[in-house]
Amino acid sequence: MNVLLTVKNMCAGYGQGHVIHDINMDIMEGSVTALLGSNGAGKTTTLRALTRMISMSGELHFNGQRIDTLATEEIVRLGVAHVPDGRGTFTGLTTEENLRLGAYSRNDKPSQQQDLEKMYGYFPKLRERKLQQAGTLSGGEQQMLAIARALMLRPRLLLLDEPSFGLAPLVVQEIFDIMRTVNQLEKVTILLVEQNAAMALNLADHAYLLETGRLVKSAAADVMKQDESIRRSYLGA
Amino acid sequence: METFLHQIMAGIATGGIYASLALALVMIYQSTHHINFAQGEIAMFATYLAWSLINAGVSYWIAFFSTLVLSFLLGALIQRIIIKPVERAPVLNVVVVFIGLLVILNSLAGWIFSYTIKPFPSPFPKEPPFGWSIISSHELGSIGVTLVLLVLLFLFFRFTTLGLAMRAAAQNPDSSRLVGIRVSRMLALGWGMAAMIGSIAGMMIAPVVFLEPNMMSGVLLYAFAAALVGGIDSPLGAVIGGFIVGILENVLGAYLIGTELKLSVALVLIVSVLTFKPAGLFGKNLVTRV
Amino acid sequence: MTQYSTGISNMQWVFGLVLAVTAVVLPFNLSNYHVFQMAMVLSYAIALVGLNILTGYSGQISLGHGAFLAIGAYTTAILIDKYDMHYALTIPLAALICFVAGFLFGLPALRLEGHYLALATFSLAVALPQLLKFKHLEEWTGGVQGIVIMKPESPLKEIMGLQINADRWMYFVSLFIAIVMFILARNILKGRVGRALIAIRDHPIAASSMGINTSLYKSLAFGVSALFTGVAGSLSALLISFVAPDSFNVFLSIILLVGMVIGGAATLSGALWGALFIQFIPNLADEISKAAPWAIYGVSMIAFMYLMPMGIAGALALLGKRLTRH
Repeated sequence: MNVLLTVKNMCAGYGQGHVIHDINMDIMEGSVTALLGSNGAGKTTTLRALTRMISMSGELHFNGQRIDTLATEEIVRLGVAHVPDGRGTFTGLTTEENLRLGAYSRNDKPSQQQDLEKMYGYFPKLRERKLQQAGTLSGGEQQMLAIARALMLRPRLLLLDEPSFGLAPLVVQEIFDIMRTVNQLEKVTILLVEQNAAMALNLADHAYLLETGRLVKSAAADVMKQDESIRRSYLGA
Repeated sequence: METFLHQIMAGIATGGIYASLALALVMIYQSTHHINFAQGEIAMFATYLAWSLINAGVSYWIAFFSTLVLSFLLGALIQRIIIKPVERAPVLNVVVVFIGLLVILNSLAGWIFSYTIKPFPSPFPKEPPFGWSIISSHELGSIGVTLVLLVLLFLFFRFTTLGLAMRAAAQNPDSSRLVGIRVSRMLALGWGMAAMIGSIAGMMIAPVVFLEPNMMSGVLLYAFAAALVGGIDSPLGAVIGGFIVGILENVLGAYLIGTELKLSVALVLIVSVLTFKPAGLFGKNLVTRV
Repeated sequence: MTQYSTGISNMQWVFGLVLAVTAVVLPFNLSNYHVFQMAMVLSYAIALVGLNILTGYSGQISLGHGAFLAIGAYTTAILIDKYDMHYALTIPLAALICFVAGFLFGLPALRLEGHYLALATFSLAVALPQLLKFKHLEEWTGGVQGIVIMKPESPLKEIMGLQINADRWMYFVSLFIAIVMFILARNILKGRVGRALIAIRDHPIAASSMGINTSLYKSLAFGVSALFTGVAGSLSALLISFVAPDSFNVFLSIILLVGMVIGGAATLSGALWGALFIQFIPNLADEISKAAPWAIYGVSMIAFMYLMPMGIAGALALLGKRLTRH
């Protein structure tokens, strides 16, 4: 298996101090990796640093290419889709316009139409709300829209920031099922930030644990699940 | 009754010009939250470029379309070179740069083309259309040009991918980057288009007010009023505001306050809207109060 | 923006002394026209102090300060022309009227921030000449032609063998007024008031939660700023002997902005630098072309925003700090 994303000694923050320190990760192609940690551990900061939405130091290698000097939009064009916290939907545009924008950087018009249909297949609710303003969709629908938009890129790597946040358990289950399908059928590598450790570990192959800005554990998901301290702090067992 | 109708028609004609310029202002405001104080001077300078071409023997419509291209480039260049460096600077610094731009363009025009008033041709015949007495051919033609412009802009933004990307970049630059939109390129494009729209306004009004470096200052004031009345972040508002202001200006000027005080109408409108309803008719962005 | 410093350093004493001596000696060694120009510099400097108080210190952007120059100038002109008032009396009256006008302007301005206030004041500046030509006020304002007033005569024909003609007399009057206004400004801005204004400018929410009545301070700032600029307008009417609507166009307001930016906003010495700049650039640039001075103003404004946003005063202060460190 290839390493799709390598992170070396990454530090990042907002303004003066660093929020995350010396992050080292290897994300294998085709895998699902979970980034766990409690509130304020720096998980969102990590994802933002990976797509250079905030300034960071350290090295990033994606698909053999150095990307830590590139602008966000250039990294995205290489095939990295990022669903940010807060979802980042274009609330003033329609659902379908949001989806079309997901494919903006691609050159293949005909297959874009196909992909649009595929997204409506995954998320039928979105087809119903196709011409509605995205800002009027419910929380769950907006999350689905955000993920669908990211998938319209046909990304090689999908970064997801807390997809379960504020959503009803049934909706969360739906979303995780779709992510499993996307990973297994379409071979999309997924890096998933989640507070809901149980669901994340069920989906993931590998997991990292972030505490106050540093990676303190890295292990296969099954191993993480069995770990006593993890169970106590994050799985409520 | 006839003169009243004429005032209305003339108001619609100038209103179309105000609507175009207001639209240019709104385009830039939407994507940057800056008010382009130099919008009028850019339009004026572009009109001088058209004049130079016509003076050199180029036919009107070729000069017209060449000016569209030239002003697009001018606008994009100005954004890249002069505006981009102060994008995130404090408001005062940004305002100073815009006023500086206004001053440079104004003096450049005076320097290169002199301050003497020049006539600018209208592509429309001198005789009134169909023998009507309520509107001149130029006024009717202006309205036509304005409508064509507005329809084309609407189609562009609603139905093209680039138009969609520009709308997205204006609404949410961060999310736009996350779908691979090169936001700063969109800003330059927006400025280019705004300059182009301004040049059309300039070329439509120059035959009426004559070409000289200060010709757009009054027009700009009306465009500000129009944009504020409609809502500074609403393109539809800018258009409707433009026509409202155009008609108001003409009717009030003819029947109530006389032509010498017409600019004050714009001033009163601006101050009233800002004081009582800063979001205008269709805008969402409210002025923050502390 | 530079922080306003309290206290006067030794460097500043020396500088001030040199300035004072130069100011007194100069008019006797220059032609009448140059003396007139020096007096205009002083008038502009007072206006710039006014603009500085509003935009530099209290952060309210005004692109329309020409309006207060106009009110001051026209007040003096009308009082002299219609009521035969002695010119010295017109100045404090103009100051009072402008203070009230400024305070009243300041009330609706409270609701406008940044760009919006700039827009409102810019609109005023553009509409100003038309307002001044208003038909129904023509009886007082003299309409398009404006009002001509006699240049004040010098009460002493000579002192210690040196001739004091009308130009030199008005220069010393301007100098006196300028000194008074600068001292007044310094006292207003020193200490609590100055700090409150800067707090309001930079951290408005924090300032009001600390108990500072931001609305009152901001409106007062407007009033005081108008007062200063009105005095400058008054003075300029006496110096030029003439007021007319077209002199008070948008470019007058812009020139004040240029002066503030070049000199250094939120400083008092900046007002002097700015005034020198706006008065003398046309002299040097007029040779090239009628348009050249404004091209230079425009380029300078932008260049200063990129390279020297604190203006000449700020740059000198920085230089001074570096030199005194070694």
